[in-house]
Amino acid sequence: MTTQSLPVTPTSRQRGLPYGRIVAWIVIALAIFVTVAPFWWVLRTALSTKKDMLANPDSLLPVGFTLTNFARVLGQVDTATAIAAGGSGQKINFWLFARNSAIVTVLTVVGQTFFSALAAYAFARLRFPLRDKIFLLYLAALMVPGIVTLIPNYLLIHRDLDWGNTFLGIVAPGLLMSPFAVFFLRQFFLGINRELEEAASLDGASAFGIFWRVVLPISIPPIATLALLTFVGTWNTYFWPSLVGKDESVRVLTVALAVFKSQTPQGVPDWTGLMAATLISMIPTVGVFLLFGRRVVNSIQFTGFK
Amino acid sequence: MSNLALPVSRQVPAKPEWVKRWFSQDTLTAWLFILPSLIGFITFYAVPAVRGLYFSFTDWDMLKDPQFIGFDNYVKIFSDPQFWRSLQVTGYYVLLNIPAQTILAVALAVMMDRVVKSTPVRSIFILPWLLPSVIVATVWAWMMNPALGPIGSIFRAINLPELSFLGSPDQAMPSIALINIWQYTGNAALLVFAGLQTVPKEVYEAAAIDGATERRMFWSITLPLLRPVLVFVLVTTVIGSFQVFDTIAVTTLGGPAGATRVIIWYIFEYAFTRFQMGYATAVSVILFLILITITFIQMRVLRADSSDLA
Repeated sequence: MTTQSLPVTPTSRQRGLPYGRIVAWIVIALAIFVTVAPFWWVLRTALSTKKDMLANPDSLLPVGFTLTNFARVLGQVDTATAIAAGGSGQKINFWLFARNSAIVTVLTVVGQTFFSALAAYAFARLRFPLRDKIFLLYLAALMVPGIVTLIPNYLLIHRDLDWGNTFLGIVAPGLLMSPFAVFFLRQFFLGINRELEEAASLDGASAFGIFWRVVLPISIPPIATLALLTFVGTWNTYFWPSLVGKDESVRVLTVALAVFKSQTPQGVPDWTGLMAATLISMIPTVGVFLLFGRRVVNSIQFTGFK
Repeated sequence: MSNLALPVSRQVPAKPEWVKRWFSQDTLTAWLFILPSLIGFITFYAVPAVRGLYFSFTDWDMLKDPQFIGFDNYVKIFSDPQFWRSLQVTGYYVLLNIPAQTILAVALAVMMDRVVKSTPVRSIFILPWLLPSVIVATVWAWMMNPALGPIGSIFRAINLPELSFLGSPDQAMPSIALINIWQYTGNAALLVFAGLQTVPKEVYEAAAIDGATERRMFWSITLPLLRPVLVFVLVTTVIGSFQVFDTIAVTTLGGPAGATRVIIWYIFEYAFTRFQMGYATAVSVILFLILITITFIQMRVLRADSSDLA
């Protein structure tokens, strides 16, 4: 705004400004470079042949350009080729882990969003005894750091319920609610004009009917925002699934990548394969970002005012 | 629902007021609405919190039943030098992480607000935050690899001393901090940027008419008016920073020589490699108390509830 608006005091503005703007642009350019450069390095490594890359580690371009690493990670090459390319020769089961991540993420996003919306609507609109006291308890849970409930939850899932290494065990803690989701949606529902609901009520709609046919349709934007944040968060979590979902049959991508990283076939980590796997597992969140980028940016800004 | 709009026909005489309230149709409906979330809340938030507190007073290896031992775990924790060391390491990490990240975020946000008015540019800075921290840590471990990573090459090219980053006790923690600054600065910057949008433009215009310089405006307008948002960013990032785990879990595993054995790693080791659940929950209770205290102090010092915009 320094530039366009004010025709006043041109001398002082002109003296200070260009210098400051140049510095600002340099800093921004540098920040963009630092942000983006690692992505290039991942791509460059993933497209390199392992042997050539080790011989020429400084190259900025892929060394011995190849797509083998991707094929290898996706299980499209035979064992001998995989070992020759620097892998462990074990099948990586990428699709299985991706499927597991998808199952966990979809269940969590759908369940948590829907049930939190139900509760949020009750807290915003319905009248019942203890309403405000229960809501206050939910708010208090927002302040408790995850580590406090982590071990008791682990014991509950693993030992008491025996849900270890099942999808149910991985999703259970987030399936029915998150305090943040309830809070976020309640704030929005409070702002909806009551008249629509009252009209529906006069027409004889039930409370659930009003929620389903009147409130939800006009609340798509905040619900989508919340679902997006939950999606990114769930797809990326590591700690909890690494505790309760070690088994290959339910192992999610983040856990699989950490295991992959810790393996050192032929003495060193399989960097080229690892970077190819990394790149592929970025696709869902970055894809969502490309599709809904503006909304993600806006939603992050929105959560700043909670 | 709309029992205020329709005070009609539901007359059930001769029942006390509270019975009507607790057992009315409306109350029943409302309870059905919150029931799923209430089950989730009680099972995975409320009960675990209470059980965690109870476990912290027990000796429990998961094989036998928990044995109540009073404050023994706490006594043991406070006399364990490893515990104090892990607190120290965590504090060191927070100090490396938070000031740098916050200053960078504010600088970026101000520049995004006043110089670069482009949504694509803003979006670029959010990219790292979208990635799983496991992936970010893996990528940076690769970039910091002394023999094969590009950072080593750059250092060699300009004749800087060879660094081993994650492999050396001195450099491991700063390296972890660097990785997480890379991942979270963009997100913090966007929050601050959002806060900047609440500062009325007329304030800047008035200041400009009075001949204030850009720097003067930053110190006497932007920063004071930004305080509520800064408090939010600081409180949440400090809490997050105290619980750093993923990055360490895929890079240093608490090493080398305990240099990155932060408090969560310490808890993790006791719970999941030594299976001393009572001891581990006691440490997490202590961490919780520490976090509450720090948050409270931050709110007080930064006067979180008041705004200078009045």
